[in-house]
Formats: sequence, structure tokens, C-alpha cells
Amino acid sequence: MNWKHTIGTALFFCISGTSLIAQTQISGTVLDKTSGEPIPAVSVKEKGSNNASITDFDGKYSIVTAEKSILVFSSLGFESREIEPLGNVLDIFLSPASDELEEIIVIGYGSQNIKDLTGSLVSVKSKSFQKGAFSSPEALIIGKTPGVRITSNSGMPGAGSRIRIRGGSSLNASNDPLIVIDGLPSDGLGLLNPSDIESFTILKDASATAIYGSRAANGVILVTTKKGKANEPFAVNFNYLRSTKRVNNRIDVLSTDQFRDLITEKGTSSQVARLGASDPDTYTDWQNEIYQTGTVNDYNVSLSGGLKKIPYRLGLGYYKEAGVLKTSQLDRYSATLNATPSLFNGKLKANTSAKFIRSDNVYANQGAIGTAVFFDPTRPVLSDDTSSYGGYFEWLMPNGNPSVLSPRNPVGLLNLRKDLQRNNRFLGNILFDYQPLSSKDLHLFMNIGGEQSSTSGTVRIPADAAMNFNNGGEDNQYQSTRTNRLIELYANYKEDLSKNISSDFTGGYSFQHWTSSSPSYPNLSASGDTISPANPNPFFTENALMSFYGRANFNISNKYLLTTTIRSDGSSRFSKTARWGFFPSAALGWNINEEDFFKDLKLFSKLKLRVGYGITGQQDIFNNYGYIPNYNFGTATAQYQFGNSFVDVLRPDAYDYNLQWEKTATSNIALDFGFLKGRVNGSVDFYNKNTTDLLAVIPIPAGTNFSNSVLTNVGAMTNNGLEASVNFVLINNQNTNWDVGLNATRNRNQIRKLAIVQDTASPGIQVGGISGGVGNTIQIHAIGMPMFTFFTYEQIYDENNKPIERSGNIDSYSGVVDVDGNGKIDNYEAYVDQNGDGIINSSDLIAHVNSSPEPRQMFAFNTSFSHKRFSGGMTWRAETGQVMYNNLNANHANYFEVGGSMRHLNNLTSDYLDSEFRFPQYLSSYYLEDASFLRLDNLYLGYNFGALYKDQFSTSVNLSLQNALVITTYSGLDPEVAGGIDNMIYPRPRVFNVQVTVNF
Amino acid sequence: MKTFKIIGFAFLAWVLTGSCANDLNLTPRYGLNADVVYSDPGNYINVLAKLYAGLAISGNQGPAGMPDIGGIDEGFSQYVRVLWNLQELPTDEEVCGWNDPGIPELNSMTWNDNSSFVSAMYYRIYYQITLANEFLRYTNPQWMDDQSFSDQEKTMITDMAAEAMFLRALSYYHALDLFGNVPFVDETDNPGLFFPEQIIRKDLYNWILLELNSIESLMKPALTVDYGRADRGALLALRSKLYLNSEVYTGKPSYEDCMTDCASLIKLGYSLEPNYAYNFNADNHLSPEFIFAVNFDGNHTRTYGGTTFLLHSHLGGSMDIPSFGTTSGWQGNRATKVWFDKFSDTLDSRRMVHLDGQEDTITTVGTFTEGIAITKWNNTNRDGSAGSEPVTFVDIDFPMFRLADIYLMYAECAVRSGQNMSAGVGYFNLVRERAYGNSSMNISALNLQEILDERARELYGEGHRRSDLIRFGQFTGGDYLWPFKGNEQFGTSTSSHYNLYPIPSADILSNQNLVQNPGY
Repeated sequence: MNWKHTIGTALFFCISGTSLIAQTQISGTVLDKTSGEPIPAVSVKEKGSNNASITDFDGKYSIVTAEKSILVFSSLGFESREIEPLGNVLDIFLSPASDELEEIIVIGYGSQNIKDLTGSLVSVKSKSFQKGAFSSPEALIIGKTPGVRITSNSGMPGAGSRIRIRGGSSLNASNDPLIVIDGLPSDGLGLLNPSDIESFTILKDASATAIYGSRAANGVILVTTKKGKANEPFAVNFNYLRSTKRVNNRIDVLSTDQFRDLITEKGTSSQVARLGASDPDTYTDWQNEIYQTGTVNDYNVSLSGGLKKIPYRLGLGYYKEAGVLKTSQLDRYSATLNATPSLFNGKLKANTSAKFIRSDNVYANQGAIGTAVFFDPTRPVLSDDTSSYGGYFEWLMPNGNPSVLSPRNPVGLLNLRKDLQRNNRFLGNILFDYQPLSSKDLHLFMNIGGEQSSTSGTVRIPADAAMNFNNGGEDNQYQSTRTNRLIELYANYKEDLSKNISSDFTGGYSFQHWTSSSPSYPNLSASGDTISPANPNPFFTENALMSFYGRANFNISNKYLLTTTIRSDGSSRFSKTARWGFFPSAALGWNINEEDFFKDLKLFSKLKLRVGYGITGQQDIFNNYGYIPNYNFGTATAQYQFGNSFVDVLRPDAYDYNLQWEKTATSNIALDFGFLKGRVNGSVDFYNKNTTDLLAVIPIPAGTNFSNSVLTNVGAMTNNGLEASVNFVLINNQNTNWDVGLNATRNRNQIRKLAIVQDTASPGIQVGGISGGVGNTIQIHAIGMPMFTFFTYEQIYDENNKPIERSGNIDSYSGVVDVDGNGKIDNYEAYVDQNGDGIINSSDLIAHVNSSPEPRQMFAFNTSFSHKRFSGGMTWRAETGQVMYNNLNANHANYFEVGGSMRHLNNLTSDYLDSEFRFPQYLSSYYLEDASFLRLDNLYLGYNFGALYKDQFSTSVNLSLQNALVITTYSGLDPEVAGGIDNMIYPRPRVFNVQVTVNF
Repeated sequence: MKTFKIIGFAFLAWVLTGSCANDLNLTPRYGLNADVVYSDPGNYINVLAKLYAGLAISGNQGPAGMPDIGGIDEGFSQYVRVLWNLQELPTDEEVCGWNDPGIPELNSMTWNDNSSFVSAMYYRIYYQITLANEFLRYTNPQWMDDQSFSDQEKTMITDMAAEAMFLRALSYYHALDLFGNVPFVDETDNPGLFFPEQIIRKDLYNWILLELNSIESLMKPALTVDYGRADRGALLALRSKLYLNSEVYTGKPSYEDCMTDCASLIKLGYSLEPNYAYNFNADNHLSPEFIFAVNFDGNHTRTYGGTTFLLHSHLGGSMDIPSFGTTSGWQGNRATKVWFDKFSDTLDSRRMVHLDGQEDTITTVGTFTEGIAITKWNNTNRDGSAGSEPVTFVDIDFPMFRLADIYLMYAECAVRSGQNMSAGVGYFNLVRERAYGNSSMNISALNLQEILDERARELYGEGHRRSDLIRFGQFTGGDYLWPFKGNEQFGTSTSSHYNLYPIPSADILSNQNLVQNPGY
């Protein structure tokens, strides 16, 4: 009887327990601990059940729970709290997340906690940016993340940079990453004001980028501009920066004495007669004549706050630079407005962002840069005849006209050519965020935006200037406009599927349309005569992209994370049969340190394993109509004469109807780690990117199409490598902080397949045009080698490492150079005869192993410290294993360039003293040099004066040095030239800055 | 707030007007589809003009900017220029001092299948052929019926089709002469991914002959068409060239057929231009001697190749450049002493040279002042005025076929066939009389070597020399040497495989149906 009684009692209590449990309603307000303001959209959940609610716009919530329950309050960006309510009213405070693991990071179409990430991405926030004067923003993050190579195009004001993430994965399509500015996929960063940028998120692997599907193969950079925060008081920030820039090094050329001696010794009688004044004190250092000390004045003001509960930030900037090359200038005016008004009681937010940038450029004539290197040093800048050619000394023919094939006076080139350009750029978008149901975490989004950029400019050269003399000067104008418009509709839904599994779903649609157009103007002389007429039609091109995408994130007990995305894109650049591409991806994350066996160890503050795989696409080819058989009329200078009239020609373009998407499959495996309570943290990523259906312009069988080559899908390429970064927090206490960060990247690129017919005997596709001769190329895309591998003759050297010249003078070399003893230096005694046929011709060009302009390894070292009011830091950066072709020496370090039977004399670079080449040897491997370097990019020191007057006007001053130092064996001016062919870029100066920041 | 709403809606409207359309079918705004082009009979003349222009310019924009073929500089790859380079530089007539890749190998007859000039010529030839094929696809009667063209339009288009076939045959003739065994495509081959079959030299010769025979009656009578367009005279000239060289192409001679065609041609009304120099100057379209020429114009037909190249590349040293109607010299081409010595005296008006400041012996090919500078090409008009564009681009037309050539061909065929010798002597002497202005240097009997040398004196620098030397068996081998033949200063023997240019390696690799010419 006893056991029946026990069971019955137990059952009674069970049943009565379930049916008789009392319910109670809890309500209250959730407030921000630091500001005291209510927090909307906080999730309020009954622990251990599906019962949930969220706070409204005023932070108020209400939930019906079991009598004894625990409520869990959580919201993105805040530390979660669990509280057992003691009554029916529970008001609580939440603190903003300080733990790095709670930090939010912006990802495609949303944001996520760092700890929930499964993809390979890095966020760089404004406090980590490089300090100094930057006309364009990508320079802020140089060296801050592994796997990203940013090479500024030159030292010209507003020059911009080339960005490569994990190597480039295309040959003929663009290798640039997709740039998304505040949710608007944009043409590029352009001259966006760096002071307006809050953070960059760089998405590197497929699982991070796949949501951008068809444009994601080269990575994605999400740019977020600064926004006002809700409930913040009105604040004003004023910032002034002043820089001085100097180019400190010069190309080594023959001194005036060396030059005179050379001409006197080796010159023909007409060359000797052409030497300038024999007074050794008369000489001109042309490189000094064209450079000046550059300056920058950069003013920025920002106003932020919450105007009638609309958080906003307005940033205004004026940037004025005088470049280091005389006459170059840039003025940039920028206005950025971010505002997030809320409607319908907080249910609808309209995140509005508008940016306007106007830039006025005075472009200095860059022809002066190269010409200043080799212009005759024995000549003066100004001639005795002040009435001709602007008063500048010029090389003349017997009839007094400028000698046609001679170089022009570099100072004259700068001063007599006026090249002005204005660009107006507007970009903006509104992201509507509507939360229809207060009980469900469901958001509906509509993102509409667009961009319009118009450029117009003039180029004027007076009729009496020596350049363009035969055409009578120049008075030309040009104009172009680019637009893009975007509409996106998507939804995001978060739900806890069970006690331990939370999920996050996103799905949507996107349509974007681009146009680019420019009218055609005639080419006019200074007096308005037509040199060549305008084209019959203006230029106009357009393309469009439509997409459907979805993503699902699952978090299981915070230990296991799963992300899958799918995207399908249709592009107007491909025919209907090839139009749609399908781009899926999946990734897993395992928070190893959340596992029970690890938690007890307390060794790692963070240990996460990430594995991901996905397919992304590429359709950013430069031809919008590559699949259509298209006919075009020729211009007015390409007509043909029939009888007495000239007839316009009509020509079909080569086309490939079957053009389709390039696809890149990326696999990524990585480990994120942290120990010593987060004092040391970092990550290591291994990746492999395989691109197939590579878009390339390849030669096709003769007679099969309307050209000898066509853009088609015929290749495969891989990039694989390793990225590692480690951050050490050496000191972190109330007064002092000291961080050190290191990152390293190794990338290997290899072309696997190129032509329609697989043949390893083919050399490949020659690319990389150089200056010198006509149509010479120095690089090749070859199977089994990285793209743009250098492709030259292999130079033979004598015993003293002097390069041997074909048909050169045997006595000027040491050792045996006439190997076959026939009394002269044959071609195969100067260049290696690769196929042993006794002839040196294009079959003897070789693609050098490991000889590409992209680095094999990259390293960066960052440190920042602060102590009480002082702060400082520096960034070092190294790239190793890249090769550069010294085009300047190839062109100007041989005696032929002095100017044989021409009417001028040119100086030579000092390399001539080593090679003593009599004729140009453009295709010799002698001019390939190792361009590895170590650069001190940034060095800064700052002092925070604190509040100057009554708790207001907090002021800080910052001194910084950019491009302080570079260590390299490369003999040219600068080892960083995008593309690997150095023909004198506008030099990068060393920059010293003083910056004052005041906050009201 | 209200302002915000208004601005917001305006913005929304602006964005939405450019989107939402489910239209990914975008076509060029300023271009035409093939179907649209050929539905309008007025467009046919423009496509035909492109076929002719393909011989003169290198793209859709003069002088450069929208190239027809890629991978080589536009000026370099222009048809006449590259044909000239392949026919003149490896011979005793000309050397070029530039160091651009491909040039030294042409000078010295040491090229291989990677030469960019060989490749440029090959692809230019096939560009012309493919374009002609496309044009011909839309001239067939079925298409014209479908488009409902009028009878007048159909006749016009059929006549144009004959011209297109002539131009295609001209390019196949160049392919035959330079490359021999080449891929074959005609209008039945639509553009796309396929691998053309190779045709051997003998068969290609026969095909061209059949083609010319089939259009002979369709071509308009000589001297009745607009200047610049091909007529029956041009066809006869081309066919006579085929017959002249048939022994080289097929192994069987056809000198009698050649003589027949030359005789017909001579009766058509051409006459020698009394002043030799007027055949090569800015208004040389006035020459009554031209049978078929490629037109250039300083303002309307601009290129860095063609006669602009021919003029500028020959100027330099101490030559008085403005007297040539232009402003610059590129200091490239000049002639050799071996050629120069063929002139027996200074009275020959064809001896158009500049010797001042020039040394006759060439030690270094790169030095312009070594070698005989040529003054033949000139951009001034008969009245001494400069061409229409006096800075760079010239008006000089390039004579592909002219009467003096036909006279000498007749004479040669007379000797080789042993027939009509006296007519042959007569025509030869007409050439001599024009050269000297009198009959003092006339001959009474012909011999082959004298004819070959006379061709050098009359037709130098016009793109015939290589073919002539091959026909006489003197191009390769050691019988006849000239400076830098075989890369020796005074010349050396070269292998006979150089009588044919190689098929470019790019095409051998793209098309497995092709077999390379022997020796490469």
C-alpha cells in the first residue's frame, strides 16, 4: 500500500503543479546604465522557455510568466543580465558591452557579435586608423589587417590606391574588391573624407562575402560613416591639420662633369658641338626645379546629437593641398549627413545617409617628372630669348621651331599646361527599418540609394608653348557622368528555436543599375581650329544586376555556429542562357573554449575554429555588351575615300555569345585564439581560392571572329595562402595602455589554364606594356606561374657582374666573353640561348620563376601606447618577394638615349656607369630588381590637454610623420609601384603633420 | 519633418525611376545589331568602306584608339605597313634601324614563329577575310528577298559583293604569297568557336583563280568606278600576279596566261605618269598609271602605318624635312649600297636618294646616317604645296598595282615563255623612256637578270621585292648577298625555309588543325 500512496501523491503534486502554477505579469523599463536613457528593442525572455517580449521605443516591456521565473534581458551591444523579479515591476539598467566578445561588427546586410562570426573578416575602427593627412580614405587602414595589400597609386594629391584582398583572382575582370558605403555598393572610395569614417569591415572569405555573390570574388570592404547616437547631447568636434610634404630623394643621374666627359669622349662631332656652355658653374638640377615643399590644410567640423529625438551627425570638411610637384593642387569640399529619424513610435527607422564631395584638381603635367631626370644639365631653365616658347630654353631645329622628337623643358611643361578638373559626387541612401510586431524580432528593410558623379575639365596649352607646337597649342574640354541606383528589399528575423539554439534569418532582393556617359568634343588648337573633329556619337554604356539572397545563422549553446548563405545574381552583361549565377556558401564555427572540458582549464579566453566554403562570382568586366554582335561607325578621321567623297566605315565587334560568370570557390580554415585573459589574442587563417571560367582576352583561331582575340571564359587560377595576426596587450591599467600587434600574410598565385587548347609549350599571353620602343611588353600570363610574371631575355654577365651587350666591345669586359672566339660578341653571348638554336629571338624570352610584381609575403607591425595625457604609436610595413622592372633605367641608361642624330642631348641615369650599354636593351633581365622593402608608414605622438575651460573645449594635439623611412635594395625612387613597371611615378613624399582637435 | 518627408519622397522617386524594371536585356545605345545593319541597303556602302579601309587604317578611330586587332601597336599592325615590312626589310632594298622587337629579325632574315610583325600581317589578312565573309553572308539573294530590297538595290548590292570577293581574294593572295598553307574560311563559316581546316598552297591558288574568274564579269570596266574602288583592271592585275608566280605557288608555270592578262590590262586605257616622282606624292591619285591603290588622307584617313609610316620612316639625318610636306622624321628605313649600285648613272629619274651626310656602307643597322636615304615618298602636291594635314598625316596613296609593273611583268613573261619578245622589249623600253625622259637607255634584247634589276630600280619600296627575289631564286641561299642578310654585315647564305613565313605560334596553338610550315 505504501508505494501506491507514494506514487499517487507524486502524481497529484505533478498534476497540481502543472495546473495550479500561478501566472504573473511583469512589466518595467530597461535603461542604459551610462546615459540613463531607455533602450528600445531589448529582448526580454523567460529563461528556460520560449516566452519572450521586447521593449518598445520608450524602453517599456510587459511579459506574462510563471510565478517563479528568471528573466533574461539581452540586446546587441549591451551586457546581458538575468534577474529574478521580486514583484510585478522590474526596472533594470543594462551596461554597454565592454567585453570584446560582445562587440558588434558590421557584416553584409546586418551586424553580428564577434563571437558569433564564422567567416573571415576583420573590422578596423577609427581609433586604430593611421594618423595624418589623407586625401582618400583607404590609406587609413594600410598595414592594419593581414591579407590586404593597399598600394597608393602615387604621391599625387587625390591619387587613390589599388586594393587587393588575398591576391587578385581575375586577369581581365577587375581585381578590386567591392566597396559598400553605408549599405550602398559604390564605384569606389574616391575622395570620401577620411574624418567621416567610423570603421572599415573587410570581408575576406566566401562565407563572409557570399551574401554579395556576384561581386564578391575579390573580397568586400564595408565602410561605415560616423553617426550620431540616440540620446546624446549636442556635441561639436573641430579638427585642423596642417602638413608639410617633401620629396627627399632624387634619381641618381650623371653629374654635369660626368656628362661633359662622356660626350667629349664618346660623342660624335655634332654631339660635342651640342654641349651647352662650358662654364662648369652653369648647370641646372632639373629634379630640384620641379619639386617644391607641399602643404596640406585640412579643416573638419562635425556636429552631432539628437535633434528632437533624431540622432544625427553632420560633418563638413575642407581639404586643400599643394602637391610636391609644382603647380599641382587639390581642393576638396565635403559634407556628410547621417540621421536616423524614427516614425510610428519607434517602429520605423529611416537611416539616412547623404554625402556630397566636390573636388577641384589642378593636375600638374606629369611628363615633367620623367623629363626632369634626363634633361641636359648643362642648359638653363630660361633662355636668352624671352619672347619664344614662354621664355623657356627649348631644343630647336635650324628653322627655329621646336625639334619634334626632342624632350621639352620640364619647367615649361609644368607652367605652360593648365589641366583643371572639377568632380561633383553625390551618394546617398535611406535604409528603412520597420519592426511590425513588438513580440517578434522581425525587421523589414528597404534600402534605396544612388550615386552620381560628374567630372568636367579643361586642358589648355598656349600656341607658343613648345609642347604641342605643331598643332598650335590646345584648348580642349571633356566631361563625363557616372550614375548608379539601387533598390533593396530584405527582411531579418531572429528567433530562439529552443533553449540552446538561436537562429537568425535574412532574405531579400536587390536591383542595381549603372550608367556611364560622356559627350564627344573635337580636339581644338589654342586658337580654336579643329585638329580632329568630335566623334559622331557620344559615349554611353549601362549595365544592371538583379539578385536574390538569403542567409541563415544558427548558434547552438554558444558553442557551435553555423552560417549558410545563398545568392543568385542575374547580370545584363551575359546572354539569357548564361545570365544567372548561383553562389552558395556554408561555414561552421566551433567555440572550443565554451566546451565544458575547456572551461575548467581557463587557459584560453577565446578559442574558435572556423571552417568555411563558398562560391562567389565576378562579372566586373570592362565590356558591357560582350555577348552581342554589335556594329559601330568609325570616327571622322577613319573614313575611306570613294571618288570625291569620304565614306564612314561600319565595323562589327568580336563577341562571344557564350560569355558567362567567372566563379571563385574559396575554402577557409582558421583558428581564433586568445589567452592570458585576452591579453594575447589573434587568429590564423589558411585559405585556398580557385577561380574557374576565368574571363580573359585570349587569342582565337584566325578567321573565326572579328578580331584576333576575344573576351571569353577560358581559364583557371588559384590563390592560396596564410594570414596570421597577433595582438598583445602589454599594459592595461588606469593610466597606461600599451598594445603591440603583428600581422603576416603569405599568398601564392598561379594560373592553371589559359587557352582553348591546353598546351604547356605555349609561352602564354604577353602583357605589361613598357615605355621604350613601340609595343614592347615585359610580362606574361603563363600556365603554372603567377599572373604578370616577368618575361625577358636572360642576361649574361662578365666576371665583374657587368652585363654583356650584343655586338659590344670585347675589351670593355673582363674575362672571356667571346665564347666561340669569332672575334665579336654574338647575341647568344649576351643573352642565354634558351633553345640552343644559335639565334636569339622571341623564343628565348623566359618567364622567370617567382618573378612577379606582387609580394610573396607581407608583414606589418603596429604599436600604440597611451600614458595619462600622452599617446603615441607607429606602423611598420614590409613586403617581400616582389620584383620590379626599372623602366627608367631601361630607357635612360644607355648611350643611344643621349640622342644620336637628333637635335638634343639627354643626360643618363647613373646606372649607365655600371652597364655602359650603347643601345637600349629593353628586354634584358638586368632591369629586373628585387623590390622588397620595409617602410615606417606612420609615427605619431599626441597630447590630450583635457578640458580647457569649464569642462568644455577638450583639446588634443597630435604630431605625426607619414612615410618616414623606407629600407630597400631597389635602385629606383620608390619600391612600391602598382603593377611592377617603374617609369617614374609622381613621388611619395615624407609628410609631417600637426593636428589639433577640439570637442565642445 | 515635413521637409524631410518631401525630400525623402523625391529621392525615392528618383531612385525608383531607374530600377524595378525587370530588364536585364540591355543593348548599346549608339550601336547597331547585325540584323538592323543589313536591313537597310544604305548601310552596305559603309560596311564595304570598312573592307577597303582595312587596308588603310588600323581601327575605327584614326589614327588609333579603337583597334581592329589587339596585342600589337595599331600603327605597327596596319596592313600596308606590315605587308611592306615583310616584303622589303628582308631584301636588298631596305633596312630599318629601329630596335623594336621583330624588326632586327626581319632585317636579318632570322625570324621565328613568335615574330610580332609576322603575326600582325597574318591577323590583318584574316580580319579582312572574316569581314568579307560577314558582308557576303548578307548579300545572298535569299536575304535580299526577305528584306524586300528593290531590284536597283539588289543590283547595287550584288556589285558590291563582287568587290568584297575581290578584296577577300586579294588578302588570300597575300596569305598565299607570304604563308602558303593557311586556314581556310569562307562565308559559310559563322563566327564562333570552331577550328578552321588548313588548305595547302596549291589548292589555295586554285581557289583564288576560280574566285577571280567567277567575278570577272561582275566587276565594273576599268576606269569607270569611283577612284579607290576595285574594277576589272584591279582584278586582271591580281590575276596576272597569280599567274606570274604560279611556279612558286604550285610548281607549274603560267607565264603565257600572265602575258595574256597583262596584254588585256595594257589595252584598258592606263598610261605612264610622265614624271616618276608624281606617283608617290600627296596628289598621286592624279596618276594615270594606277590600277589599284590604297587611299590615305591627312584629315579623313589617318593612321600611323600606311604611307604616313612610309614617309616618316624614311626621313632623318640631314634631310630637309619641311620640303617633304611634313614636320618630323622617324629615322628608320633606308636602302643598301647593293641596291643603289644598280643605278648606272645619275640621270635615271627614279634614283631618288639623299646622300648628304650618309655613308653608303652600313656597319650598325641602328644608325640612320649609314645607308642610302630614300626621297621617293613625299607629302607635297604637284604644285609644291604641302598635303592637307601638314603636321603628321599624309595624303599619299599607296599604289598596289601600277602600269609600269605590268609592263615589266609582260617583258619577264616574254623572256620566260619565249614568245612575244619584241612586244616585251617595247614595253620594257616604255619604262626606260619614262625614267630617262628619252630613249637613250633603251635596250634591244631582254635578259632575266636585267629585268630583275629593272624591277629594283622601278618598283623599289613598293612591297614587291621579296616575291620577285623568290621567283628568281635569289631570296634565300648564297647566290645573292646583301647587307645583314643572315645577320652578317655583308650578307651570308640563308636557309630556304625562309621563303615562306611561319604561321604564328598563337594560331598553331589555338587551332590544332594547322601544321606549321617546314623549318619552324
